[in-house]
Amino acid sequence: MKYLQLIASRIIENKDFLTELDREIGDADHGINMARGFKAVLEKVNLDDTDTGAVLKKAGMTLLSTVGGASGPLYGTAFMEAGKVIAGKTEISPEDFGAMLGAAIAGIQKRGKAVRGEKTMLDALIPAHEAYTAKLAEGADMIAALDSACSAAREGTEYTKTIIATKGRASYLGERSIGHQDPGATSATIMLEAMRDGMKE
Amino acid sequence: MKKLINNTDNIVSEMLDGMTAAYPQYVKRLEGLEVLVRSSGPSPKVALVSGGGSGHEPSHGGFVGKGMLDGAVAGAVFTSPTPDQVFEAVRAVNGGKGVLLVIKNYTGDVMNFEMAADMARDEGIDVEQVIVADDVAVENSTWTTGRRGIAGTVFVHKIAGAAAEAGESLADVKRIAEKVIANVRSMGMAVNACTVPAVGKPSFELAEDEIEIGIGIHGEPGTHREHISPVDNISDTLLGKILAEGIYDSGDEVAVLINGMGGTPLMELFVANKHINAVLDGQGLKVARTIVGNYMTSLDMEGFSVTLLKLDDELKKYLNAPAETPAFVQA
Repeated sequence: MKYLQLIASRIIENKDFLTELDREIGDADHGINMARGFKAVLEKVNLDDTDTGAVLKKAGMTLLSTVGGASGPLYGTAFMEAGKVIAGKTEISPEDFGAMLGAAIAGIQKRGKAVRGEKTMLDALIPAHEAYTAKLAEGADMIAALDSACSAAREGTEYTKTIIATKGRASYLGERSIGHQDPGATSATIMLEAMRDGMKE
Repeated sequence: MKKLINNTDNIVSEMLDGMTAAYPQYVKRLEGLEVLVRSSGPSPKVALVSGGGSGHEPSHGGFVGKGMLDGAVAGAVFTSPTPDQVFEAVRAVNGGKGVLLVIKNYTGDVMNFEMAADMARDEGIDVEQVIVADDVAVENSTWTTGRRGIAGTVFVHKIAGAAAEAGESLADVKRIAEKVIANVRSMGMAVNACTVPAVGKPSFELAEDEIEIGIGIHGEPGTHREHISPVDNISDTLLGKILAEGIYDSGDEVAVLINGMGGTPLMELFVANKHINAVLDGQGLKVARTIVGNYMTSLDMEGFSVTLLKLDDELKKYLNAPAETPAFVQA
């Protein structure tokens, strides 16, 4: 699971950046919490396990018990739901990844009671999922579909600068949240890009 | 940043150990967990568990003891504790009469506590929850996360805790907690922001002559900024918003909490209370009880919040009932 390794190291590298984004509209802990969680993932999860579903489930449970805040249950649920899709499998097919992303989004929506357009990680993930699925349907390969997904996630993250937060701590700011990029959408995009870069290697 | 710390990674753990070392008569730590429970162990009554991010001391561990909480879960600084920790707290304090979770209304806290409640119910433990949302600085709307839980939470701990101690059922303790929540409102302000140790710089910047109105308790910015003015004016602003809620009528009895944010001298809190007490009196409200001090802090933030609780006989009885905890003792 070199993708997971890369996702973890990119999140840890971006600890200060994510925290700074959160300092502007939240409570200045997103990077710190996410880095703590992914450090625990690197320590506790056997990345050599060939059961990809089991690895993702374990990663999700580890995030759930180490990240805290809203990100812990949300990302924890996302990884566990994605893991369920490929339970017992060793390889992730292009179609599998689309289904995993869809399951992760559904899990986040259920746990967070959020929809698109509320300045959350969903504003990166939902467009990414749509772009990925559309590209695959055109007959593109997984790398090309992931490229589309990452571009859509970036655009979605940029879009969060233009909207008011209605979920999470940034919602207390009302209009003052405009102009700031959502930390959760940013970390979600970083993860997708790490996934793509891992696939390219 | 100048802080009296060793290593930012160990702050919460070291604090909990320091607290149990200071108050072994009231609290002990669950082995390997960031959880404080009563040192006397579970008893056959409804148990109360609260908690949240750290940095709000003495909340919540300081309110563990007879007449208030049975367990408190400490997350990382300003970060909700994780479901496994809350679950272990519920398990440890369960005396067979059910457990009430007192949650402050934050997205993360609600999600983590609800997941823990699901886990506890799977084990057959009777779990209920209440969500405190007393901060009038935040507009309440179905389109937002809703109001934050701030200092009013302390009244929930006190009153619901006393009700549980008196042997009320889980349904009644929950009803009483919800009555407190329906009748309590708060609003806060900051003269200076706090510094999260692991971040190392203030969570927002204020000019020398600027204050932030409507702040939360996690260093999140407030609703607006204004020029510093005498504390009587600032108190009028906070109290005005609370009274505008329309739930306090002339002749009502109220309890008042003037809560320090952690970095404010008690002298200034008492100065604020002098005026607030006079304004309430002028409104025809009878102040039955006033509490002044640091109860729901935000690390080293300078500022304060005002909390008003409308009382009835039941709430008054339990507010005045005995409590023996590290941060609140009353005979």
